[in-house]
Amino acid sequence: MPPLIEIRNVSKSYRREKLEIPVLRNISLEIGAGDFVALMGPSGSGKTTLLNLIAGIDRPSAGSVVVAGTDLTELSEGELAEWRARHVGFIFQFYNLIPVLTAVENVELPLLLSGLDKPERREHAEAALAIVGLGDRMDHYPRQLSGGQEQRVAIARAIVTDPTILVADEPTGDLDKNSAEEVLGLMDRLNREIAKTILMVTHDPHAAERARSIRRLDKGELV
Amino acid sequence: MELLKLIWRNTLRHKLRSLLTAVGIAVAVLAFMLLRTVVTAWNAGVEASAANRLITRHAVSFVFPLPYAYRDRIARVPGVERVTFAVWFSGVYIDKNQFFARLAVDSNSFFDVYPEFLVPPDQLAAFKRERNACIIGSEIAQRYNLKIGDVMPLEGDIFPGRWEFVVRGIYRPRDKTTDPTSMLFHWQYLEEQARKEKSSREGQVGWYVSRITNPDEAGALSASIDALFANSRAETKTETERAFQQSFLSSMGSVMTAMDVMSFVIIGIILLVLANTMIMAARERTHEYAVLKTLGFTARHIFVLITGESLILSVIGSAIGLTVAFPAVEGFQNALPKGWFPIFYIEPRTIVFGTIAGVAVGLIAALIPARRAMSIRIVEGLRYIG
Ligand SMILES: Nc1ncnc2c1ncn2[C@@H]1O[C@H](COP(=O)(O)OP(=O)(O)O)[C@@H](O)[C@H]1O
Ligand SMILES: [Mg+2]
Repeated sequence: MPPLIEIRNVSKSYRREKLEIPVLRNISLEIGAGDFVALMGPSGSGKTTLLNLIAGIDRPSAGSVVVAGTDLTELSEGELAEWRARHVGFIFQFYNLIPVLTAVENVELPLLLSGLDKPERREHAEAALAIVGLGDRMDHYPRQLSGGQEQRVAIARAIVTDPTILVADEPTGDLDKNSAEEVLGLMDRLNREIAKTILMVTHDPHAAERARSIRRLDKGELV
Repeated sequence: MELLKLIWRNTLRHKLRSLLTAVGIAVAVLAFMLLRTVVTAWNAGVEASAANRLITRHAVSFVFPLPYAYRDRIARVPGVERVTFAVWFSGVYIDKNQFFARLAVDSNSFFDVYPEFLVPPDQLAAFKRERNACIIGSEIAQRYNLKIGDVMPLEGDIFPGRWEFVVRGIYRPRDKTTDPTSMLFHWQYLEEQARKEKSSREGQVGWYVSRITNPDEAGALSASIDALFANSRAETKTETERAFQQSFLSSMGSVMTAMDVMSFVIIGIILLVLANTMIMAARERTHEYAVLKTLGFTARHIFVLITGESLILSVIGSAIGLTVAFPAVEGFQNALPKGWFPIFYIEPRTIVFGTIAGVAVGLIAALIPARRAMSIRIVEGLRYIG
């Protein structure tokens, strides 16, 4: 069986004025289905950039990114958006919930892009919130929740569509120790109990320990 | 939850800003409606003018009379169906601040040439039988609480003396543009008095009005009427009623043109106000739009979010403006001296235009912010710090 995520000779550079700034250099990486990979490295080493390429929100300058048999570099913007909605669950460092929507509405948001009808959407959203232990906070707005609770709502939003992969960019970077532990425990459970494939960027060794394997980036190269 | 809910919540996010924007739009729409209504009222005289009526007046000025003898000569011009005439009586009714047209007319022909003045046949017959009878517009009857049989005393100015007229008919305007505020009485009665007093006004009329068979011949007929009286002591100038009204109103024309232009400038101002609000709102949400795109929402969804919010503000604002416009126009009319604008109403066209403008402004104001929000790349949006 081919690996779920297959990155071949990927390079990425940003253009600032006339200067080409290389961020990732000739990276090749494979991640199997059901794996839980921590991506570590110093600040500015290109972790977020690599994660964004795998999640289909950015495109490589060279090389190919194949996820679950789809070569992302060959998709149009519209196809890529549709692909993200179906296959990727995103967890950000700063939660990125929509402040004018309640917890359950935030979780329901990605389901607007699915074919589900209104009661089904609501049902799925409530179930996802229950999984992250926030069944009693459905109608709270993000500002009424703690950071840890907000991040758990964000995890519920990421898993509600049952995506192929979960990507998390420093998911505990803004949390206190206890909240971080809760979030990591949740990700661990998602990986073990429902075999979610997870890619997590972190520079916290403690967080990285929870993963099954660790990859390190330094100055745009895997080490 | 639907996308509409998110649009609505976004609209309520900065309540004060949204409120001020909607109120700004409402005020602008109201101003637009008022200006358009004044312009409409001004143009009503021109629009009410029939294409098949020619006005013949003294070549030098409207204020000089024409001989009564011209009537039969005009009537004989081929293509002229019916001729009538009138005299501007002026006079004072109650006090000097009561403005409405008071005309001595040829009672036999006037209502044939002006079919838009609707008089019940029995009233018209009663009017024709009585020397000092008059017919008044329905609005005059209402304004001064006059009924059939009431006496209307006038203090003459151009025609000195005290005049008493008995109301024998009340006409209804056929069209919205028909003046409902005229007072009409027998020219024959005026003539009788002039004869008694051996006045120089004997045998004089103010102007002639000819109903013609074919409006396309207006130019040729005008020329042949004027040719009849060329080189006489009272040369004439004949033109269509429309041209006559336009020249009569032209003194105020430039003010009206300015108001006309202003009413559209106001639409432009609303556009700027709303566009400004939407640009601010969309910029603040740059990061959120990137998050939505990450979740799989497309540029089209972002367009719907921004345009929807813009439309909510413009439609609510326009609706308030349109609703307030009706009592405002009425108040405006009541505040003006009576009779300034005999016809003062919000044209359906103005309502339609106000509504379309409201919606169009909502759409156009969203274009700039929507374009930016749609085109910005996700990674740039996520890194954006507002
Ligand atoms: N959109 C961008 N434009 C220009 N430079 C960028 C952009 N995104 C990232 N970079 C640069 O690429 C490098 C790697 O960034 P990033 O992937 O965010 O690093 P990390 O997540 O490991 O801290 C940094 O030097 C950063 O400044
Ligand atoms: Mg990073």
